[in-house]
Amino acid sequence: MPLWWPLLLASLLFAIGVYGVLVRRNAVLVLMGVELMLNAVNINMVAFDAHFRDVLHSGQTFALFIIVIAAAEVGLALAIVLMVFRTHGHIDVDRLRALADRDDDPAVEPVEAFEPVEESDSSVEVRP
Amino acid sequence: MSVVEVIFLLLSLVAVGSALLVVTTRNMVHAALWLVVTLGSIAGCFLVLAAEFVAWVQILIYVGAVVVLLLFALMLTKAPTGVQSDLNVRQVLPAAVVGALVAALLGTTVVAGFSGVRIDLDNAVVGSAELTGATIFQKWVLPFEVLSVLLLAALVGAIVLSRRGDR
Repeated sequence: MPLWWPLLLASLLFAIGVYGVLVRRNAVLVLMGVELMLNAVNINMVAFDAHFRDVLHSGQTFALFIIVIAAAEVGLALAIVLMVFRTHGHIDVDRLRALADRDDDPAVEPVEAFEPVEESDSSVEVRP
Repeated sequence: MSVVEVIFLLLSLVAVGSALLVVTTRNMVHAALWLVVTLGSIAGCFLVLAAEFVAWVQILIYVGAVVVLLLFALMLTKAPTGVQSDLNVRQVLPAAVVGALVAALLGTTVVAGFSGVRIDLDNAVVGSAELTGATIFQKWVLPFEVLSVLLLAALVGAIVLSRRGDR
């Protein structure tokens, strides 16, 4: 198999992941784009491992490490997403601009929105 | 063209097509389910490229755990299950241009750089569980332990972040 086949596949998946991160507004969908990019890197690692066949098997080992790091990243990111949803009521990354440096923009949410809402207003629990 | 190459091409087509659907579909749950297809076909590519253990780990962790976590996040943030029109930003064209530029740049680089090189898959060392385990625990022990500390830190961080109430 030509070596550039898996490399081209990885490049295409990485570009699709970049597009997904840039174009999506929902934070969970942005995370899916990040997952696509990490998987593209894994394909590169495994392809070069099959090509070079070094004694340390660094390609496949690093692919495993990347998978573990991606799992940790997703766990933390979802905790942050749930936190943002609890405080803001949405996870739209376009509207989360309280940290942006343009305070005269009407699209920016007021700073009070960063205060945590009361427990009775919690959005996570199941309602009948 | 051998059977292995045909299988790899088909898996690549499935992976790229379903990845495009992940970033373009207007239904959030469908995006997560198309991600399953993408990750599964990437696991098939790993199998073709003689990385057996990595392929099974990919299926276990990505398809089994990460996608379930993403679906949980979609549910807990009360994502609508129907078709939505406001999933994308208004400036779709610049994002598409950037994505196409990344694809063109990386694609031409790897094709120009490795056009004559071939992988000899017939004599490839299959990365079985035995070989991968021996490699990790004989030669990559320190990165492995550092990784376990990282996982512990991520676990503690996730618990602290998602705890509610008395803080």
